[in-house]
Amino acid sequence: MNEEGRRVNDQWTRLEARAHEQFAVAAHGAQLVAVATITIATPIGALLIAESEGSIVRVSFDLEDDSVVHAQLAESISPRIVAYESTVLADARRQLEEYFAGDRSAFDLPIDLRLARGPFRRDVLDQLMRIPVGETRSYAEVAASAGSPRAVRAVGSGCATNPVPVIIPCHRVLRTGGSLGGYGGGLDRKRWLLAHEQQMVA
Amino acid sequence: MAKATPTHPLSFQPFYEAHRGRVLRLLVGMVGEDAALDCYQDVWLKVLGSWPPREVDGRLDSWVLTIAHHAAIDSIRRAAKETPVAEVPDTSMVVDQIEAAHVGPSALAASLAALAPRQRIVVVLRVVLDMSHAQVAAVLECSEDAARRSFADAMANLRRARSIADQGAVT
Repeated sequence: MNEEGRRVNDQWTRLEARAHEQFAVAAHGAQLVAVATITIATPIGALLIAESEGSIVRVSFDLEDDSVVHAQLAESISPRIVAYESTVLADARRQLEEYFAGDRSAFDLPIDLRLARGPFRRDVLDQLMRIPVGETRSYAEVAASAGSPRAVRAVGSGCATNPVPVIIPCHRVLRTGGSLGGYGGGLDRKRWLLAHEQQMVA
Repeated sequence: MAKATPTHPLSFQPFYEAHRGRVLRLLVGMVGEDAALDCYQDVWLKVLGSWPPREVDGRLDSWVLTIAHHAAIDSIRRAAKETPVAEVPDTSMVVDQIEAAHVGPSALAASLAALAPRQRIVVVLRVVLDMSHAQVAAVLECSEDAARRSFADAMANLRRARSIADQGAVT
């Protein structure tokens, strides 16, 4: 593209951004936004973060197709999904940036686990919130702390379907004996997060 | 055959993402940059307010452009009642330049300002958004013949305005 074409393109891009900002603010003010989303760049790839009614409901890695995540949100919450950085999402962005910079070890964000199906899975996720940064637990230990020592498999699926990864640290759960186990975001991300947290507490 | 119903309601954001550039270009071509921003907000608030649409099929594309067209016409009517501050027509823009998409927002609005709203919309749809006469007709809810005629009239007017401007420059 020549210089003139780039200049013209930039003009349209700026106008589109202004138009979107004005619309999104008005839509939010008119309470038409049921789910707001932002995407942030991190060392483990882009994260899509979704908020509904003032709480974070979803974090997804870029290995998940956005359209699949949108379909899930549309089906289980509302199809009125708009890219808009609400106050809660701005807070989430700031806290995640601090976390990835190594300056934050715990998140203080409103979370809604409505996308986690079933009460036991919610109990599991509640337990995960209690594992401090730099530490890990085994699936069996989490099952025991959730009050069902035999439900080791269910803990695995609770972790695998964690709707709010990174913020709810399912990456801190390993197999008994210390091998990595699984991770919804892929084992490379799990390894990265654990190493990052080791450095943070070192 | 039964009409396919979507298994889940369509998310607004991907639809918006796919159409917002076209809506903005339509509005800028019709009413200029400043008024376009207000119309843009009205259009998308209306679409979001009625989301998800009842009919989920190919007609959604023309549906949103029809809403944008109506918003532009309303804005033109309102502006006519208030102080007329129309864009200053700039007839130096030739149609193939518009077509080449190397036209910024203000240049696009100025190049179409000499046309009546009906002719402006067909040029925007045909040339800027690269739609067929049939697609233009779907947006304007008119016959394909009528769309074709409006477009021919608009192009003739653009050429006429251009040649008058050229003669003015010579003398």
